[in-house]
Amino acid sequence: MQEILDILEQDALATPEKISQMVKLPVEEVRRRVRQLEEDKIIVGYKTIIDDDKADRKLVKALIEVKITPERDGGFNRLAARIAKYDEVKTCYLMSGGYDLLVIVEGTDLKQVATFVSEKLATINGVLSTATHFMLKAYKEQGTLYKLEQFEERLKVSP
Amino acid sequence: MSITTSSKSHVAQHVQKIPRSGIRDFFDIVQSMSDVISLSIGEPDFVTPWHIREAAIYALERGKTGYTSNLGTPSLRKQISAYIAAKHKVVYDWQTEILVAVGVSEALDIALRAILNPGDEVLYHEPCYVSYSPSVTLAYGKPVAITTKQSDNFVLRADDIRKALTPKTRALMMNFPCNPTGAVMPREELEKIAQLCIEHDLIVLSDEIYCELSYSGALPSIIEIPGMKERTIYFNGFSKAYAMTGFRIGYVCAPPVLTEAMLRVHQYAMLCAPILSQEAAAEALKNGESAMLHMRDEYRRRRNFLVHHFNKMGLTCHEPQGAFYLFPNITSTALTSREFAVRLLEEKKVAMVPGDAFGTSGEGFVRCSYATAMDQLEVAVERIADFVKSR
Repeated sequence: MQEILDILEQDALATPEKISQMVKLPVEEVRRRVRQLEEDKIIVGYKTIIDDDKADRKLVKALIEVKITPERDGGFNRLAARIAKYDEVKTCYLMSGGYDLLVIVEGTDLKQVATFVSEKLATINGVLSTATHFMLKAYKEQGTLYKLEQFEERLKVSP
Repeated sequence: MSITTSSKSHVAQHVQKIPRSGIRDFFDIVQSMSDVISLSIGEPDFVTPWHIREAAIYALERGKTGYTSNLGTPSLRKQISAYIAAKHKVVYDWQTEILVAVGVSEALDIALRAILNPGDEVLYHEPCYVSYSPSVTLAYGKPVAITTKQSDNFVLRADDIRKALTPKTRALMMNFPCNPTGAVMPREELEKIAQLCIEHDLIVLSDEIYCELSYSGALPSIIEIPGMKERTIYFNGFSKAYAMTGFRIGYVCAPPVLTEAMLRVHQYAMLCAPILSQEAAAEALKNGESAMLHMRDEYRRRRNFLVHHFNKMGLTCHEPQGAFYLFPNITSTALTSREFAVRLLEEKKVAMVPGDAFGTSGEGFVRCSYATAMDQLEVAVERIADFVKSR
């Protein structure tokens, strides 16, 4: 199972046939295991990593530090879930340290993100304060480094 | 008469005897073509893990730019000692039994020069790494090849060694996991070989550069067998396991008398291995295991993928248990190794090294390196299958 996950984590497009040849299992068995992983929600979904700059997708991303008041029974969970439900919110973590939630928000322009923060996020009951940091440039995304330097000078034949 | 017109007489006789490497011939052809998928590369396709590169940069920043002890930095030697003790339960004293060299290539050279008298015979298995026979010749020894067979998974057999023994046999050179066959040695056979070496007072040169790239668990080393540490020169390095070929760091572990003898050659020929590379190597041993295991997992998957496809297309291929090479048999195509490699290159733009580059017993095979990214391998197997079908 772990091996199939490793392969799919690197390449979500790997076909059951290819995986079966890589891990020496019958194709049907690979299909069954992948299905199982999906049913068990171990594989939560498949996405594509896009270089937004190259795709000319003018997305604005912001990282927002949110301080909230914990509730007597639910702690931070109920409020965090409420925030996470917004489509604009791509990522939401509970943090230790100077603030409680780290929220990553995406919008088509600066104004849209700013509006979301001021009109939606900040006005939620229990949200004490927000601090918004806009992202300027991505160097690495989900373990994938955007090519900063290209160096392919291996000899074509070597002993 | 100028030196160029009479050059033959100015080249030493034992150097004249060394043939040009079959790999270099092939390299020249490949180099002249574009868009080639190369499965003929004997080095990892991974870049050295960042933390290791960073250690070299840090050393440079601190001005570590001088010579080191001829034997190598104490910290690296101590770590090598600890690494082997953990891996093989054999303890080498870092002060007297370990020498850091410029790659295993240099280590092999100084070892042969340190132990051989002119005319001494050195046994080695073939197909094997391209430098084995010439290195022996360069040290005024006589290389004696023992053929290993595909039907026997290219294992070196004690019985075959026994048949090749003469009163002049001085040493046995081994490389397992093996470049180019990917073969590994079963412990029982190593024990028989050890027995034989003790009986006939042979020195063993065991080149274990690929030992971390094993796909069936930890591999035995001949140094683990009682009585063998005393007569073995053990070679290992960082190029393959940690993707550090350009750093040029290998090392050798041997009894004090032999280490001292190798040190004499090394100190005058090389002085010491580069300090920045030694610093990087120390970092690799200290913190490099997880990156190394990650690369090994990747190699294993590629191997499985390729073995499946080669066997499917009728190029029979044993499943190599180590290194990153496959050694498929191409005799079903009725071509020689060289014809197969050249035509495949010309017609389908896939490069594999003809097996005869690794000794005459490599005829009928090609070496396929899987130190190439998976997406390239997928295209390559399609092209090779097309080529084989068209024969």
